[in-house]
Amino acid sequence: MSIPIRLTVNGREAAVTVEPRTLLVEVLRTHLHLTGTHVGCDTSQCGACVVLMDGRSVKACTVLAVQADGGAITTIEGLADGDTLHPMQQAFHDHHALQCGFCTPGMVLSAVDLVSRHPDPSDDQIRADLDGNLCRCTGYQPIVRAVRAGAQAMRARPAAEAGARGRHV
Amino acid sequence: MYEFAYHRPATVAEAVALIADEDVLPLAGGQTLIPTLKQRLAMPAALVDLGGLAELRGLRRDGDALVIGAATTHAEIAASDLVRQTVPALAALAQRIGDPQVRNRGTLGGSIANADPAADYPAAVVGLGASVHTDRRTIDGDAVFIDLFTTALEPGELITAVSVPVPRAAAYEKAAQPASGYAVVGVLVARTAAGVRVGVTGAGPCAFRATALERALDAAFTPEAARAVTIPADGLNDDLHASAAYRAALIPVLAARAVAACG
Ligand SMILES: Cc1cc2nc3c(=O)[nH]c(=O)nc-3n(C[C@H](O)[C@H](O)[C@H](O)COP(=O)(O)OP(=O)(O)OC[C@H]3O[C@@H](n4cnc5c(N)ncnc54)[C@H](O)[C@@H]3O)c2cc1C
Ligand code: FES
Ligand code: FES
Repeated sequence: MSIPIRLTVNGREAAVTVEPRTLLVEVLRTHLHLTGTHVGCDTSQCGACVVLMDGRSVKACTVLAVQADGGAITTIEGLADGDTLHPMQQAFHDHHALQCGFCTPGMVLSAVDLVSRHPDPSDDQIRADLDGNLCRCTGYQPIVRAVRAGAQAMRARPAAEAGARGRHV
Repeated sequence: MYEFAYHRPATVAEAVALIADEDVLPLAGGQTLIPTLKQRLAMPAALVDLGGLAELRGLRRDGDALVIGAATTHAEIAASDLVRQTVPALAALAQRIGDPQVRNRGTLGGSIANADPAADYPAAVVGLGASVHTDRRTIDGDAVFIDLFTTALEPGELITAVSVPVPRAAAYEKAAQPASGYAVVGVLVARTAAGVRVGVTGAGPCAFRATALERALDAAFTPEAARAVTIPADGLNDDLHASAAYRAALIPVLAARAVAACG
């Protein structure tokens, strides 16, 4: 059984044909060559595969591509504006919140989802909300600092600029 | 994953007709079913995606009850003003399930149908005396969970909604397994018009009411009264997370905390 689906990925229309068992993360990586979305565990534990689906963070290894049909997906490739990093990406860079970088795309997108719900999160909220994202390198402290700074930078952004990136990011 | 066919019906009636075939399973949030398929522990011929069924989503007040559609996500329940105002313990319970990504996809109906012994909602279904509505009947909260991963649902029966009678007060306390968030033991204490109810998850093969605690708390609704109750360890879960004796000891301790949180 193959099923045609349509997604809006990082603002662009994408039409692909998938099997029912094809995962959303496979469509992103294999069909659309957006390899910024990583697969760590493939068992919904690590969060390396987190993307935004209709504005909310999901583990793309635990969503069937057919379930995403008609949806809007934001991956790490969709955050920057040309050469200008998204404020959350810039904050991860500034605060040394990555070493190998494997967990980073998922961390950044989980953080962006958090800030969309809580524009000024406490450190406890940041820690609780990153519960689904594992990092084997940093020890998490710089990540918490980066998310706090990234949230502040997102709040300081002019509304028009935020709007140009799309409603949710 | 083995191959399977996929349907995305537009009405509940269509979904029910499709899952009448015993090789066909409903797919809700997929947070349990997709990992199960990946491990090849299930081999359905087809999945019926409930994601397109607006009838199964949403929250409303109906007299003395809160009615929640089966496909409402944990995140929606946690964030709902209606739930926070009427049954704040349920919003708090939903907020402590797994992680944000699991809460954004996982659903109330999926969690109940799955009947994981360590899942959180079963404590609320039993403890709040909720009713589970299906395509063909209403199942009393006390009769939903039968055994390990086993409910009273018949093959092909679809959960459509859950009615939660609004309690006078309620609180949920859990000792969470730190990696997954699942309950090693979770206890929901509710003060209702008909007396105190205590629902326990994580401790046994499925959620159950702790009647000894209910009797003690009906006599004196204090943390001390809860702590004075001894729960026998016989038949409780014994695994790498906790021994049966430890789980038995946790039940009154968590009940006492829940009583204190009820105010
Ligand atoms: C990393 C992780 C951590 C988790 N932590 C917790 C936790 O702390 N506490 C907790 O309680 N849970 C936890 N879960 C489980 C999570 O809550 C699941 O979402 C839930 O158990 C299943 O809901 P679902 O909507 O995803 O169902 P699915 O996975 O889609 O389905 C589960 C089963 O229910 C059946 N089903 C689904 N909907 C219906 C319906 N309406 N009627 C009849 N049958 C139906 C399906 O056929 C399937 O057999 C965790 C999961 C993960 C991956
Ligand atoms: S790859 Fe999806 S959670 Fe680990
Ligand atoms: S930076 Fe290496 S896993 Fe997080």
